[in-house]
Amino acid sequence: MKELEYPFDNGFIMKKKRSLKRQLLGDGAVRLKKRVAVLGGSTTDDIVSVLELFLLDMGFECEFYRSEYGQFWQDAVFSNEELDRFKPDIVYIHTSLRNLSFSPTPRSGEEEIEQGLNAELDRLSQAWDGVKEHFGCPVIQNNFELPFFRLMGNMDASDRRGKVNFVTRLNSALYDRIAQRPEVYLNDINWLSAAYGLEKWSEPKYWYLYKYALNIEAIPELAFQVASIIKAIFGKNKKALALDLDNTLWGGIVGDDGVENLEIGKETAEAMAYFEFQQYVKAHKDLGVLLTVCSKNEEENALAGLSHPEGMLRPDDFVAIKANWLPKDKNIVDTAEELNILSEAFVFVDDNPAEREIVRGQLGGTAVPEIGEVTDYIRVLDRSGYFETVTLSEDDLKRNDMYRANAQRAKAQSRFADYHDYLLSLEMTAEIGDFSPLYLQRITQLTNKSNQFNLTTKRYTAEQMEAVYNSDEYIRLYGKLYDKFGDNGVVAVTIGKTDSEDKGRLDIELWLMSCRVLKRDMELAMLDSLVEQAKKRGIREIYGHYYPTAKNKMVAGLYESFGFEKISQDEEGNTAWRLLVEGYEDKNTVIKVKEEHYA
Amino acid sequence: MLSKDEIIERLDDVFRDVFDDDTLEVDENTTADDIEDWDSIEHITLIGAVEDEFKMRFKMGEVSGMKDVGEMIGIIEQRGK
Repeated sequence: MKELEYPFDNGFIMKKKRSLKRQLLGDGAVRLKKRVAVLGGSTTDDIVSVLELFLLDMGFECEFYRSEYGQFWQDAVFSNEELDRFKPDIVYIHTSLRNLSFSPTPRSGEEEIEQGLNAELDRLSQAWDGVKEHFGCPVIQNNFELPFFRLMGNMDASDRRGKVNFVTRLNSALYDRIAQRPEVYLNDINWLSAAYGLEKWSEPKYWYLYKYALNIEAIPELAFQVASIIKAIFGKNKKALALDLDNTLWGGIVGDDGVENLEIGKETAEAMAYFEFQQYVKAHKDLGVLLTVCSKNEEENALAGLSHPEGMLRPDDFVAIKANWLPKDKNIVDTAEELNILSEAFVFVDDNPAEREIVRGQLGGTAVPEIGEVTDYIRVLDRSGYFETVTLSEDDLKRNDMYRANAQRAKAQSRFADYHDYLLSLEMTAEIGDFSPLYLQRITQLTNKSNQFNLTTKRYTAEQMEAVYNSDEYIRLYGKLYDKFGDNGVVAVTIGKTDSEDKGRLDIELWLMSCRVLKRDMELAMLDSLVEQAKKRGIREIYGHYYPTAKNKMVAGLYESFGFEKISQDEEGNTAWRLLVEGYEDKNTVIKVKEEHYA
Repeated sequence: MLSKDEIIERLDDVFRDVFDDDTLEVDENTTADDIEDWDSIEHITLIGAVEDEFKMRFKMGEVSGMKDVGEMIGIIEQRGK
């Protein structure tokens, strides 16, 4: 909904939240259900109602628990009956400067200040410990906004007795603690309040009147940022940028003006603006965001523009380049298909409002920001939170290279008449083994964003995955695939749970694979390894389960193709399958497998 | 200075937006008791929306002491735009 996308109108959202909610709930969209506990150190009523709107817009229908006024610490540390029953999927701790119990004064001694600082940190750590113990779910934690007054003026920042100094050091120490806790995520209100305007954000009237720790007009800013983090934790980030060229990545029209006349580089104001935008776009490669071109152009001209000596982006920064005269929504759908991702995983960036309108109308799920003028591009994309990063793995850094290698494979494939010969020519090697700490983050990340090749679409928080890792009830397998074009990274995950009653039974509760290795027989290699591990444990029967979603039809027949026997199907289309371990013969014939880590 | 009629007309729109009810009409005697959803939480939203509409800010004492829409109109008459 446009009203809830950045840049949004705070006053409008506050005023119209009832009717916005009604419209969203009535739009017939299918949404993920989540339970969100908001534990506040100040009033949170409207924070919750606006958070609900943004989450609805991002595809989540949430139930909320709101702590009683100021009870964040008690609720987190001790929980209570209602909260126990509620069983949150995620906890947001909304604290602020108003919740600090220590504040330095010019009379404070060094030691007293250190004690005060550590006491604040310990109090928050205790709250996180409590959440971990009671609910084992992720926590979103605010940092602290700067005070809006400075008793000592500028020295308030440089001297340890100043509050500005205290808050700055407190935040820095808070980040160190968060870095040690994979289940805790930062909500940076220190940055947000600065971007919004600290004096306006901190307008104390709202505290005196209503015990809000911020200006109520800033609530949508806060709620949007929290919603973006929640969306990212639950795996709904965008994955790719589809970029227009003329007047989006450079000033001017390459086909009309010629490459030499484009505005890009360091010579003019316009050229600098486009250059910095290209830099910003290129930096997304390091986050694992795929870059693609979607431009109405002759391909030759597009490539010439992207090879401009003053430009930052180069043709090989892109995993797909569509420069033609087809409708842009068609090009996005085609690119999505080639990359095996969904068109709703794209952000379409185009200076032309007419093109944006067409894509918005044709592709409901694709994000289409109102990017404004070239001087707005970076800010609008940045604040939209499409790529809000909650983990950053080795794999992210290499993702663009992997997809480019895929394009080379597709070319190679066209030279082979026989698909089996083609697979052999890839010289594939798989590393398949038990989970290891090195890969746990990537395994969790892959688990939470795989939609298509995913039999149960079961999601795991970092904590839950760690619990699986530490339990001997499970057979766990990750799979990495290498071939002559490169390393695909961790692409397959399987978790089987042994039955506590029937020792001969294993239920596959998670079976997924990244679509970047579709049709490479990696799933067969994984099955071979699973059966082998099952044999070692004395398992006789392996049960597979398929739960249909809007996105995983491609694997409806997977267990059948594996030779499982169907044993049940319910009204919702959920199916259960059984494989006898005895008599199983290995199926993979094209991938060399190195077994890792399984003793 | 804004006329009372014009203020009431614009207040009607604000109340309708905030309470998502197109049939609402307010007058000087309307109080929180007359509108079902007008509780202390919605009061905060309402005050913010009225401030935005008339491009003015209420003082703290005015917010906490406001008894009916009549008082609100009185303040808007003096400072609203």
